[in-house]
Amino acid sequence: MQSLTSFGSVRLSRARHKYNRRVLWLSLLYAVFLLGSVYGFKHQLIGGAFGYLVALLPALPIIGIFAAMGRYLIEEQDEYVRMLMVRQTLWASGFALSVATAWGFLESFDLVQHIEPYWIAVLWFGGLGLGACMNKLTIGRAEAA
Amino acid sequence: MENRLRVLRAERSWSQQDLAERLEVSRQSVNAIETGKYDPSLPLAFRIAELFDRPIEEIFTSPSRHSSKAI
Repeated sequence: MQSLTSFGSVRLSRARHKYNRRVLWLSLLYAVFLLGSVYGFKHQLIGGAFGYLVALLPALPIIGIFAAMGRYLIEEQDEYVRMLMVRQTLWASGFALSVATAWGFLESFDLVQHIEPYWIAVLWFGGLGLGACMNKLTIGRAEAA
Repeated sequence: MENRLRVLRAERSWSQQDLAERLEVSRQSVNAIETGKYDPSLPLAFRIAELFDRPIEEIFTSPSRHSSKAI
């Protein structure tokens, strides 16, 4: 059943509230892990097999955000809002994969410089914004679920 | 899909928010259904029908029936 909580003039579903809280904590964890691993490698405090684990640490909260999005889509009881979010993630995926594919070919022919693959995740998050705009332009808004 | 949701809501002097709270969905959902931008799932359509104590077909117009009338 739908449960709403108010934040100022915006009413959020319980699922959206939980999603926002999870993303906030995962973002904070990402900042801590990123700063920690950069510091560790910069000062040569880390080596060997342990280095692989530390290098992967910043990736884990980002993966967690993808999982949080999936969990939100399962927990959201409002089918219309859920549909808007699914459309948003499809736009994000299409955008990120298209840019990555195009860039990959340009890079293969030495026309552009190499970029680290984790930028695809950044593109995906940017694509969520694009998806929200497309939703607003076509059928409605998802943020006041 | 066309529907009579706005009319039925107006008959009861309910705002979109009132109806949304009764259906336990967001006001945006009610607005999207009323304006025909979104077709509700069968479970939600049944909830709407039960709330207004009407059969589904009195609230929602079958798209095939609507198009055959137009012909």
